[in-house]
Amino acid sequence: MTDQAVEHEIGRSRLRKEDARLVTGQTNWTDNIQVAGLLHLAILRSPMAHARIARIDVSPALERPGVVAAFSGADLAEGLGSLPCAWPVTEDIVLPDHPPIAVDEVRYAGDPVAVVVARDRYTAADALEAVEVDYDPLPPVLDLEAALAEGAPLVHAGKGTNRCYTWPLTTGEDFAAVRERAEVTLRRRYHQQRLIPNAMEPRAVVVTPLAAAGEYTVHSATQIPHILRIMLAVVTGIPEHKLRVIAPDVGGGFGSKLQVYGEEALALTVARRLGRPVKWTESRSEGYLATHHGRGMIQDVEIAATREGRLLGLKVDLIADMGAYLMLVTPGIPLLGAFMYPAIYKMDAYEFTCTGVFTTRTPTDAYRGAGRPEATFAIERTMDELAAELGLDPVEVRRRNWIRHEEFPYTSIAGLTYDSGHYEAATEKALALFGYDDLRAEQHVRNQRNDTVRLGIGVSTFTEMCGLAPSRVLGDLRYAAGGWEAASIRMLPTGKVEVVTGTSPHGQGHETCWSQIAADVLGVPFEDVEVVHGDTKAAPQGMDTYGSRSLVVGGEAVHRAAVKVVEKARKVAAHLLEASERDLEFSEGAFCVKGSPEARRTIQEIAFETFTSHGLPEGIEPSINAETLVDPENFSYPHGTHLCAVEVDTETGKVRIRSYVCVDDVGRVVNPMIVEGQVHGGVAQGIAQALYEEAVYDDQGNLVSGTMADYLVPSAADLPDFVTDRTETPADTNSMGVKGVGEAGTIASTPAVVNAVVDALRPLGVRDVRMPCSPHRIWQALHSARSGGAAGAGAGQSGEPGKETAA
Amino acid sequence: MTHITVRVDGTTYEDEVEPRLLLVHYLRDRLGLTGTPIGCDTSNCGTCTVDLDGATVKSCSVLAVQADGGEVTTVQGLAKDGEWTALQRAFHEQHGLQCGYCTPGMLMAARDLLRENPHPGSDEVRQALEGNLCRCTGYQNIVRAVLAASGPQASEEATA
Ligand code: FES
Ligand code: FES
Repeated sequence: MTDQAVEHEIGRSRLRKEDARLVTGQTNWTDNIQVAGLLHLAILRSPMAHARIARIDVSPALERPGVVAAFSGADLAEGLGSLPCAWPVTEDIVLPDHPPIAVDEVRYAGDPVAVVVARDRYTAADALEAVEVDYDPLPPVLDLEAALAEGAPLVHAGKGTNRCYTWPLTTGEDFAAVRERAEVTLRRRYHQQRLIPNAMEPRAVVVTPLAAAGEYTVHSATQIPHILRIMLAVVTGIPEHKLRVIAPDVGGGFGSKLQVYGEEALALTVARRLGRPVKWTESRSEGYLATHHGRGMIQDVEIAATREGRLLGLKVDLIADMGAYLMLVTPGIPLLGAFMYPAIYKMDAYEFTCTGVFTTRTPTDAYRGAGRPEATFAIERTMDELAAELGLDPVEVRRRNWIRHEEFPYTSIAGLTYDSGHYEAATEKALALFGYDDLRAEQHVRNQRNDTVRLGIGVSTFTEMCGLAPSRVLGDLRYAAGGWEAASIRMLPTGKVEVVTGTSPHGQGHETCWSQIAADVLGVPFEDVEVVHGDTKAAPQGMDTYGSRSLVVGGEAVHRAAVKVVEKARKVAAHLLEASERDLEFSEGAFCVKGSPEARRTIQEIAFETFTSHGLPEGIEPSINAETLVDPENFSYPHGTHLCAVEVDTETGKVRIRSYVCVDDVGRVVNPMIVEGQVHGGVAQGIAQALYEEAVYDDQGNLVSGTMADYLVPSAADLPDFVTDRTETPADTNSMGVKGVGEAGTIASTPAVVNAVVDALRPLGVRDVRMPCSPHRIWQALHSARSGGAAGAGAGQSGEPGKETAA
Repeated sequence: MTHITVRVDGTTYEDEVEPRLLLVHYLRDRLGLTGTPIGCDTSNCGTCTVDLDGATVKSCSVLAVQADGGEVTTVQGLAKDGEWTALQRAFHEQHGLQCGYCTPGMLMAARDLLRENPHPGSDEVRQALEGNLCRCTGYQNIVRAVLAASGPQASEEATA
């Protein structure tokens, strides 16, 4: 390790520490855990979307050899509370009870009704067949608008309505007045199809009781070990200090493991009753029913503008599908988007209303981007529509409206203060990399020739709010937790370093990045740092990992803790070197007296001094450990420009992505290689929403796309290489200038792709294609445009607000 | 119960297994070789890919009894004396993994490709990995890693 390397840890593409165990198969996935006496839990799930449980008998299952126990919902109800919803967004929100297992009524296909515990997983799964259940069917509730109508069948009969809440946000001038004076108005309806997150590792939980002490260790494939511990204590009544939650290696999450699931509570309850360790691992098709879904919204968007294309006002009416129950943050997801519809544009009026609706489908909650991709999609599609309406280039329309570099910090009409950014710079860079003008020229030629394969170009410019979140803002939004993050740094006697973080990674490379941050500040070798995470006993405080908050809040905490360590070491160094603190310089991991470099103490030497404590200055405690809790002062606002070129075969409806270019500005970059990887993965997920994925239900509420064979997760053969680049405007609101990157790709890519598809087909009369833009949908859109239908209102996608015609 | 003898990553095991036991569960639950994970129940994801007698198989769609008398290589058997293979190194160096859940299957499938075709183009790599899903990386760096590991050295290692 050279000194030079030590100095430049931040900004370096360090190869990941995590990889060694992952490429050799020495991983610690939850399902790998084997403990003596382990029992396997299997769950019987409702085959119907909505029904009353008339009779349930688990006793035949108990007769099977190898079965240890079986319970119905009623058997387990005692002492088992409702699963939590931590984000009651309005005062009058409807908060139905959410039992971890159904007792008398099932409300979605997949709702648990009974559990069986057996000596191995095959026996447990087999014994489910023996459980007898009689259902009295009730009408399913599937159409979001019909669900709100008077007399609609109810998901929660006792609540008298399917309306969960209505949440408004009105700022600036009166929208109706602005619409009056506008020269152009446009209204569009967009559908955000339901998505299934598909983290490659299925969910799993292992509960190991230490019955005599009343203690329980819960291993879970979770993004939120700390929050899970609090919530499991509340749900089961087991005191919090008797619960230890460990998130070992976790194989992806994308929001779907930001949750307190019924299965976790059930495994804990069953392990407690039996006094034996219990494991539950979902199968993929079980996960499709039981792991929360993402998106699921109808967006009615209206904009008012001048003929020059300057935005005057924006009105958004959103209907969001909650599914059957409220999970941890279900109602709050659309609110994260509420602040993002105005995006990077200036306008005079903004009116937003979200209505949350219960349906008899799997609950929804966070999925990569959570609310922000939906908002960005709506505004970016609409900006393209405005460009088409005015005969302007889509990039030009954006240019005329965005916040200029010299205007930062800028308070958006939604009330967020964007601290820094440079939209023009990112866009110029992206356009050049993409070869925008050449592609437009080629497009023109192809259109003139009436080619059967059309070229389409899509742009999306965006910002997002990450770094969730200032605690006071979360309080204002009625979110039931803070947004701070914890870190501590322990300098060990030998000079090695342990970083303890409250974040809980599942593929993002925290061990590597946090090591870089600590090594950078402390001036110690990268290899000398170890990162401890994901265990409530080892890392007792934390708010975990979601919403691109880890680096901005958690990494910042590591940074500040390291600075504290250096400050304390400075005191000790001053004492040892018999100099005043002011006269000391700290560089390359050592303190020296200014002007006399030979009088020098390394930070490792000081760590040993503070361990022996033989000669510490008066008033200095032994050791140089430091702890911080950081509550961010603002969100952070990454931004960027994504460009996509597609070729659409008008005969087959097939879309091929010809090129994809993105320039992201995520502030200062700790590890460029990891940033690029995050962008790749994010873009891939966004493209997947645009072209491939959809959770489809039939009219009885059965999940038709119920396996990986029916739900199209794209493979390597479906995706292109992406060209990624970046600009760097450091954030002003944290000490490292970082902004967060996990969701950027997903937020930006979906509208870029759909804009490209529509751009390709616009000369043929198509003005929208509903997602996913499958060959069938494209063919329908073309067909309906040709036959003079509603201007290309393909596949039930009306250009105007209207009825949802497909589930 | 059926008696089987299988050699896995260089060690021979004899066991009595239920005829319906899947190879992947035999490896994971009986032998404790948990390096091979399970991602689906429809043979779509490829995370469970192993080498059985020189052929790449999804171990969730093979019965343990079908491996009787056979030789299985899993991700845990790739490194020799702590030395990673060129592919393992390339995945690390090209950032071809994030959460790493798909990685064992990707390594096994890529190894098979390079054995048959030591100099694939990127389209060939993408086609060859079609049965292995990754949700984190967007595949680009996986493809890069396979290309970086291609060449004579890789095919030697793969056939060794
Ligand atoms: S687990 Fe074998 S293919 Fe998915
Ligand atoms: S690295 Fe996470 S699934 Fe591939």
